[in-house]
Formats: sequence, structure tokens, C-alpha cells
Amino acid sequence: MTTTNIAHPEYNYKVVKQFALTTVLWGIVGMTVGVLIAAQLIWPALNFDTPWLTFSRLRPLHTNAVIFAFGTSALFATSYYVVQRTCKVRIISDKVAAFTFWGWQAVIISAVITLPLGITTSKEYAELEWPIDILITCVWLAYAYVFLGTLAIRKTSHIYVANWFYAGFIITVAVLHLVNSAAIPVHLFKSYSMYSGAVDAMVQWWYGHNAVGFLLTAGFLGMMYYFVPKQAERPVYSYRLSVVHFWALISLYIWAGPHHLHYTALPDWTQSLGMVMSVILFIPSWGGMINGIMTLSGAWHKLKTDPVLRFLIVSLSFYGMSTFEGPMMAIKSVNALSHYTDWTIGHVHSGALGWVAMISIGALYHLIPRLYGLTQMIDLKLVNVHFWLHTVGVVLYIVAMWISGVMQGLMWRAVNSDGTLTYSFVQSLEASYPFYFVRFLGGLFVVAGMLVMAYNVIKTVRSSSKQPVAEAQAV
Amino acid sequence: MVMTEFWHWWVIILTVTSLVLCFWIITINLKNYTHVGEGESMGHEFDGIEEMNNPLPKWWTYMFYFILVWSIGYLFLFPGLGNYEGALGWKSSNQGIVTMAESKKLAQIAKDEGLLVQLNQEEVVAEELYGPIFKAMADTPILELAYNDDAFKVGQRLYLQNCALCHGSDARGSRGFPNLTDSDWLYGGAPETIKATLMHGRVGAMPAWEASLGEQGVQEMTEYVLKLAGRKVNDKLAEAGKAKFVMCAACHGQDGRGSVAHGLSFGAPNLTDNVWLYGGSRRAVEESIRSGRNGVMPAWKDILGADKVHVISAYIYRKSHPNQ
Repeated sequence: MTTTNIAHPEYNYKVVKQFALTTVLWGIVGMTVGVLIAAQLIWPALNFDTPWLTFSRLRPLHTNAVIFAFGTSALFATSYYVVQRTCKVRIISDKVAAFTFWGWQAVIISAVITLPLGITTSKEYAELEWPIDILITCVWLAYAYVFLGTLAIRKTSHIYVANWFYAGFIITVAVLHLVNSAAIPVHLFKSYSMYSGAVDAMVQWWYGHNAVGFLLTAGFLGMMYYFVPKQAERPVYSYRLSVVHFWALISLYIWAGPHHLHYTALPDWTQSLGMVMSVILFIPSWGGMINGIMTLSGAWHKLKTDPVLRFLIVSLSFYGMSTFEGPMMAIKSVNALSHYTDWTIGHVHSGALGWVAMISIGALYHLIPRLYGLTQMIDLKLVNVHFWLHTVGVVLYIVAMWISGVMQGLMWRAVNSDGTLTYSFVQSLEASYPFYFVRFLGGLFVVAGMLVMAYNVIKTVRSSSKQPVAEAQAV
Repeated sequence: MVMTEFWHWWVIILTVTSLVLCFWIITINLKNYTHVGEGESMGHEFDGIEEMNNPLPKWWTYMFYFILVWSIGYLFLFPGLGNYEGALGWKSSNQGIVTMAESKKLAQIAKDEGLLVQLNQEEVVAEELYGPIFKAMADTPILELAYNDDAFKVGQRLYLQNCALCHGSDARGSRGFPNLTDSDWLYGGAPETIKATLMHGRVGAMPAWEASLGEQGVQEMTEYVLKLAGRKVNDKLAEAGKAKFVMCAACHGQDGRGSVAHGLSFGAPNLTDNVWLYGGSRRAVEESIRSGRNGVMPAWKDILGADKVHVISAYIYRKSHPNQ
């Protein structure tokens, strides 16, 4: 592509830089906590008999840190960057954007403090208590104002597809958060959900699955639609495919929640409807994967030489795998085997580490040097090292969880000739130990890769301040 | 549970509209409605990114149609569209019931009439397959069954699945849940008594004595109870406690040896053997006296059925009498 990528004087890159760098920081923090709790499952003594270091409290810290600190910071950074560059206009308000940065950091810090203290609503991925929820709402409305406001003042006739996905994600997450977090406060640190029983469970998983669907999917598809064609220097494969898969994806995802509640007190009709919609969802999901991967038509050779592009394309492969696996697991008879086992954990991480983390890391490797007036990361070899560390880590992780998950499912349902269950729960836990260890190893690989990234990012940012822009471009 | 007409149609209309819109959006995108030819650039440019007007991949479109047709078929056969029950009449279980009696009645109807209620159908199959095996074991007296190694293993598996959560994998109990391997029984350790405990459950209620004893009284009673167990105590306080022990004697016996020793069925523990259900520290004993305790053993008759309870009873008996 002939357009230069040097820092554009008219755009606000400050907030993009802030979010991009904190993405790396929070990635390391969140994934390190993940490795610690993975280790606790093998060596329980690692909780040091300290309440705030127990698995029960660190697990929500891990999920909140990787989803809302790492993942969402990456979305903030890239959406602010993409919306400015594809609309040819500076964001509508620097001050409100700065508020979203500091406000979001405040949310993250509050989570880091309250979750280990055991202050929780106990709703998965919505554990933060009501005062923090109110802060999230304020930041999110500010985010919506900055993003949608910038779209409104764009200097292009059309809205680029990446921005449809970002906008869909921002609007839907606002609705999900408001509805699911509705609660009655008892005091500053405790509230109770507005809903009860099966309704509460359904609202929770309507939120929970759409946190996956809109935050971890639609938002990152927005990222994909900018950074894949940009890094590959190829046009997007099919405009019409993007139209179909966008509308089908956002209209179907919202139905998928009940598959988290198969074989529970949820009414049968809700369960089967959730299953049907989840299964159909497979097709629009693959639409996104096809459009991303086919964008590489005519540029496949670049995968040999460009480790950044490798991150982006492999992330799409993991996206395709997870979105095939997910609808399959939503089928009730498959779910009867997979539910409550490590298979679910494997599935989530093939999406989270394979798709979300890899597309974010690829996008950051494209973005960070350009924010600092360079054309690429200072050390591409280290990007390649990170790619392999991460890929090996993800594969170890998900394969270990697949095997242990299917094994658990089979052990739990095995019966003797007298109809009694063959194995007790503890026996299935004992059998899982080797796989827990492999999972822990996989996590170590991923964190090691993130540390390599941090080193490379620091070197890149430092070198940019030493060299004049023109010289950097010649590299 | 039936939803109101409004929500019934709400679900149907939203579902059908979503599916129809999916169908519509692929169908219109099969044709090239844009102003440029297939395979050409759309002519927009966003920060250097162009979009091509390539057709949808055919295999992907076929899959989309196929899966939409499948979804309509599924929603025709199974519940999904509001109150519509589906052509097969399939149910996972009898939903929306609130009492055991109602549940039993509906289960019986489903079994008698061969309705497609999955849970009840599975129960029928399980009963046919495994019922006779347990019936045979239930015909053997507990004392005899306990030392039949095969039955013991079956009992162990049932125990691990149903009882270990509270009483522990090794049956040695935990705080608030009795050790089943010693000879200290709250309700009696005869085979039939064990079975009765399992069948009908037990409720052990120790009242809270704070109001009637007062703080000083609670301290004194604690000392006396500890003394009964042979622990080193403040004798003066213990003497004062002894004077009030008559309140406790109604259940624990004047000698504190518990209700079983006196042939009674209150489940009042023996206080003289230094075996403590809720902990033997001074603080734990004091807490038991001050605030009382409530122990609940569920009734397993309706959950497992009498035959399986019989087998578990034999297992428990042998755990406390390892040798015949």
C-alpha cells in the first residue's frame, strides 16, 4: 500500500498509545494470574493458606483481567485508531477519550483490589460490585459518545465495515451490562441481583454469552477488518459477504445464551431455542473467517516473511475452529458430555488465546510502531519468537483440556453393570492431573511470549524517540 | 409452566422473524446488486483499504440454507416456539411442578401412558435393567450382605456418589457430620437402626441456651461438659455448671452419656467420650451451648429407593464393624 503510515498530525494518537501500552501490561498481569491458578490446581499449597490468594478469588481476577483489562484495552486502542483513520477525522473529543482511559484504568484497579478481597456479585464475568458497575456504565457511555460521535462527523461517505462491528459491540455491551448488573445494593460492597432463580440464570447467560459474542467476537472482528487487509496490503475479499455475516452474526448471537443452561431448571423451550440459534451461528461466524482469510488471496507468500501477518491469520484459524466447536458443544447431546468438564475451559481458551489474544497481538505489532512513527517493530525476529511461543502454548493448553474434558465427561457417565457410577468425582480429578500440568506448561509459554513482546515494545518505543522519523522509515 | 399468550407470540414472532431475515439477507446477497461488476473493487477506499465485490462462497451459502431448513425442522419437532410443545411431544421432565406428590403423579402417568418424558423414560429403563439386581441384594439381611464383598463394593460406590460429600470419602465424617467408622452412634448402630436413619433422615436439634443460662451460665456449663469428657477444667465453674445440668439431662441423660445409652432417639451425643461432632475446643463447645446446633440428615427413601438404601446400610455397618 502506498499510503504512508507515519503519525498523522491531525489524529489523537495519545489515547491510542495509552491503551495500546496498557494492553500489553494487563495482558501480562492477567495471564500470569491465569498461570498461577493453573498451578494451584496441581499444587494447592500455592494458595499459601491466604484467603485472597485462593483459586476462588483469583479465578475471577484472571477472567476480568484478560477480558476487561487486556482484551477491552486492545479494543479501545484499535477502535480509536481505526475510527480516526477510516473516517479521516480526529476523534470528536480528546477530553472524553482521556476520561475513558483513566476511567477504565480505575475500573481495572478496583477489580484488582475488590476481587481478591472476596467482594463479588458472584455473577460470572460480572463479578464487580455495584459502585464499580456504575463507573463502568459512565465510561462506556463516554466510549459510545467518542466512537459514535466520531462516526457521525466522518469525512468519508460510507462507514467502513470495521466500524460497524466496533459500533455493534459498543452498543450491545452497554445494553448487556445495564440489564445484567441491575441489582439492589445492601451496602457499599454488597448487592443482590434484581432477578431470581431461573430468570436470573438466564439473564446472566444472556449477558455471559454475549460478552463472548459482542465483546470477544464482534469487537475483534472489527479489529480483524482493519488490521488484516492493512498488514496484508490486500483488499477485503467480499463486501457482500461482510454484509451477510455482520447482520446474521449480530442477530443470532443474542439468542445463544441458553446453551449454558442445558439440562437445568430452564424451561425446555428456552433450551432448544438457544441450541438452534447457536447451531445456526456457526455459518455467519465462518463468514467472518472466510472473509479474513480470503483477503490474503494473492499474498499468501507474505506469511513466510511476515510474523505479524502470521499472528493475524492464525488467529482467524483459531476463530474458525472455536466457532465450529462452540455450536457443536451447544447441541444438547454433545453438551451432555462436555458440560462442566475441562472441554469448556479448552474451548474458551482456544477462543481467548487463539483468536482474541492473537488478533490483538498482531494488531498491536502493526499499531505500536506506527504510533511512534516507525514502519515496523524494531526486532521482527522477536515477533517471530513470540509467535511460536504463543502458538505452542495455545496448542498445549487446548489439547490438554480437550483430552481431560472428554475423559472427565466419559468417566462421569460410566456405569457398572449394576447401574452405579463407575468413578467418583475425586477419581476423575486424579486422572486430570497430568493434563493440568500440560495446561500449566502451555500457560507458561504464553506468558513467556508476552514478556518477549513487552521487551520488544519497550525497545521499539525507546528507539523511536532516538531516531528521526525519516530515518526510521528507511529501516 | 405455561406462559401468557403475549409472551407466547412474542417468542414465536421474534424467532421466526430472525430466521426469515437470515434467509432474506443471504438470498439478496446472492445477486450482484452493487454498481460494480463481480470481482471488482467497490470503489470506496478507507485508509488505503479497498473492498472487493466477490460473490459469497457457494458451499457456504448451501450450508446456510441447509442449516436454516434444519432449524425449522427442529423447532417443528421439539419445544421452542413459545407454548408449542413440538410434534414429538418430547419433554426433558415434568416441568413447573412444586410438590413431590405432583411429581410422582405425573411421573406415573408418563410411565403408564408411555409419554415422551425423557427423565421418566430413563427411570423406566433403569428400573428394568438394575431393579432386579438391587431387589436381590435387598432380600439379604444387612448383617449377611455387609460381608459379601461384591455387595460391599456396590455399597461403596453408592456411598461415594451420595454420602461422601458430607461424611467424607473415608466415611470418617467432618465438622457437623458424624464419623461413621467409630462405634459412637447418635441414633444407634444396629443394622436396622442405621437403615432407618438412611431411609427417613434425622434432624438433630440442640437448642440455644444463651437466653436461659446467661453468659456466666454458658461458661459454667462449658466447663462442666468438658469435665464430663475428662478434660482439665476450672473445677469451681464446673461445679456451678453441674448444678444446672438437669436442663441438659432430659436429652443427654443425667450422666451425660447421651440418648443412645438410655435407649432414647433424640440423637443427643454422648458427652463423656471426647468425641465431638462440632469440634472439641473450648470455643466450639461454648458455641454449641450458647447458640445451639442443627444437624440434618436427608431422607434417602425417595431419592435412592429402599433397595439401594439397604445396600448402603450394609456398607456403613461394615465400616464400623470391619470384621464379621
